[in-house]
Amino acid sequence: MPQTSTTSILFFFVFVSATLVITYWAAKRTKTTEHFYAAGRSITGFQNGLALAGDYMSAASFLGIAGLVALNGFDGLIYSTGWLVGWPIILFLIAEPLRNLGKYTFTDVVAYRLQQKPVRVAAAIGTMAVVLTYLIAQMVGSGTLIKLLFGIPYVWAEIIVGGVMIMYVLFGGMIATTWVQIIKACLLLGGAVAMALIVLSKFGFNPINLFAQAAKEGCDPTAAAGSQMFCYGGKVLEPGTKVVTGAWDAVSLGLALMFGTAGLPHILMRFYTVPNAKAARVSVMWATIWIGGFYLITFILGFGSMVLVGQKNILAAGGGGNMAAPLLANVIAGEVFFGFICAVAFATILAVVAGLTLAGAGALSHDLWVNVVRGGHAPQHEQMIAARAASLILGVCAVLLGIVFQGQNVAYMVGLTFSIAASANFPALVLSVFWRKFTTWGAVCSILFGAIGTLVLIYCGPTIQFDLLGPKAAAAGSPKEVVDAANAAIAAYKADIMAKWWYFPLKNPCIYTMTGSFLIGIVVSLLAPERAAQEGFNEVERRAVLGEPKGAAAE
Amino acid sequence: MHDHEQRLHAISAHRWRIAFVLSAIMLAAYYGFILLVAADVGVIQEMVRAGKSIPAAGLGDQITLGMRLSDGLSVGVLLGALVIVFAWVLTIIYTRWANGVYDREIEELSHLAR
Repeated sequence: MPQTSTTSILFFFVFVSATLVITYWAAKRTKTTEHFYAAGRSITGFQNGLALAGDYMSAASFLGIAGLVALNGFDGLIYSTGWLVGWPIILFLIAEPLRNLGKYTFTDVVAYRLQQKPVRVAAAIGTMAVVLTYLIAQMVGSGTLIKLLFGIPYVWAEIIVGGVMIMYVLFGGMIATTWVQIIKACLLLGGAVAMALIVLSKFGFNPINLFAQAAKEGCDPTAAAGSQMFCYGGKVLEPGTKVVTGAWDAVSLGLALMFGTAGLPHILMRFYTVPNAKAARVSVMWATIWIGGFYLITFILGFGSMVLVGQKNILAAGGGGNMAAPLLANVIAGEVFFGFICAVAFATILAVVAGLTLAGAGALSHDLWVNVVRGGHAPQHEQMIAARAASLILGVCAVLLGIVFQGQNVAYMVGLTFSIAASANFPALVLSVFWRKFTTWGAVCSILFGAIGTLVLIYCGPTIQFDLLGPKAAAAGSPKEVVDAANAAIAAYKADIMAKWWYFPLKNPCIYTMTGSFLIGIVVSLLAPERAAQEGFNEVERRAVLGEPKGAAAE
Repeated sequence: MHDHEQRLHAISAHRWRIAFVLSAIMLAAYYGFILLVAADVGVIQEMVRAGKSIPAAGLGDQITLGMRLSDGLSVGVLLGALVIVFAWVLTIIYTRWANGVYDREIEELSHLAR
């Protein structure tokens, strides 16, 4: 693996300075909460489409999917497609009522005609569960990655990411965050396209030639006996059992990826930055185009690194496949390009954690402080102080969580995040917009069930019980007795856990928790009808179509 | 005023119908793909359970998504890419319709109301 040169540090330095200049500019424009949370509703549809793509294309999707494809081939496509198809659903069902009914957070929509306090507390719990799990996944991933890319110690990497991110959010609010997302999206898309073009140029600009080459490579004769790892061959173009362990797991993961996107608070929050529903639609259209294109490109990058870098070298670089894309950059275009891609990966992480922190700050200050503690009546300057204090607290929390979870395998946390988002946030949001009889307690029970149910079932499932808590396999190259003993211990442990009454067999519980969350919301609402909520629905319907009455926006 | 309220309802109901139909189409396309994956994974698991090893060349025609259209192109890869392209087409169609036809109707209605 190439030693990280001064080039990547230089590129990164340029990115950070440019974004900090923007933050300074944005800070002068951030006077009210409308600026802080919603960028003064001044972002155009096209810009917001890029920013949405920037918010969504995390290091997990850039480095993660490229690595997944490089090591497993086809299975990476399950993630790529799942992560994309949520977007049309957001456009058709969510974007418009969300923009027209809400102010700063998606909780505004859920609580619109229900009792404010209980709903806001529950929704803030749902939001924080998503934000914190996603932050942990991003922060731990970033620390490990930056250590690999730049050779900076883990703790310092966390502090740098946290520090820069806090600057963006604390001073520049949504305006700075939006521009960071836009710049990052352009860099990421540009870098990925350039890489894909260079890769394809080696295969006559026909991706099918690349896939054929990948399928032709036989088993690596030097691979350890019994290890299928380096034996890619024709299997790379077919489904395997690495990403999903069974049929139900595939369906459940699909649900989580698809509907989780429509329940991510930092994504939903972006719809308030555009002036109207028209611009909101345009922004989802562009986001879908960018993100879909990006995933198609990532697929090519994954296969490209499989063929040009080789699976062995990818694994040897560490990071569980995450280094596939940067290594590919080095192989095809040398060290300067490698430095550039590393810097882009770093920028990607920074932008995503900034968006998450802002969404979390919205839940803490707008939902909890202003609307629950202060009953919706707090002067503007107090709201701003609350918003900034919440950002600072969350930023520091992110750094601390990143340090606490150092060395943990947090890959499952991305799946967990989407599962909670799909189970806790999405059902309540949909029911509150579409169902007249939805009640306060229906919403509260549905959100809490979704959040807690997902956490419990993940804990009782194979990911935590086997992969995290179970005995580890013997190190590669151990003598046969050691390997056999370790395998026997694993088998015994698995049999023991699987016999327990609480064992939950799916890696991803979304199929149960999301359905359960909808059912609980409906049953509780039917058992205890709420007159006021039903009467308020006419107003919801009206405003979801027409938007905010003119003149009321000035508040 | 009553009339205006009714027309508003009719237009909004029309938009929701279109939105639901498009969502259902997207869901069907994606779930068609995922169910094929799930079925293939089921076949693979069955083979593993029966103690058969999976050849390095892949299962090819034995599973749905493994079928080769050419050397480098399996049905699975093609369908996966098509799901993404399909999502593009649906969002573009809807956005053009909603920002054109639908918004114009709503606009006219709010003028009438005033």
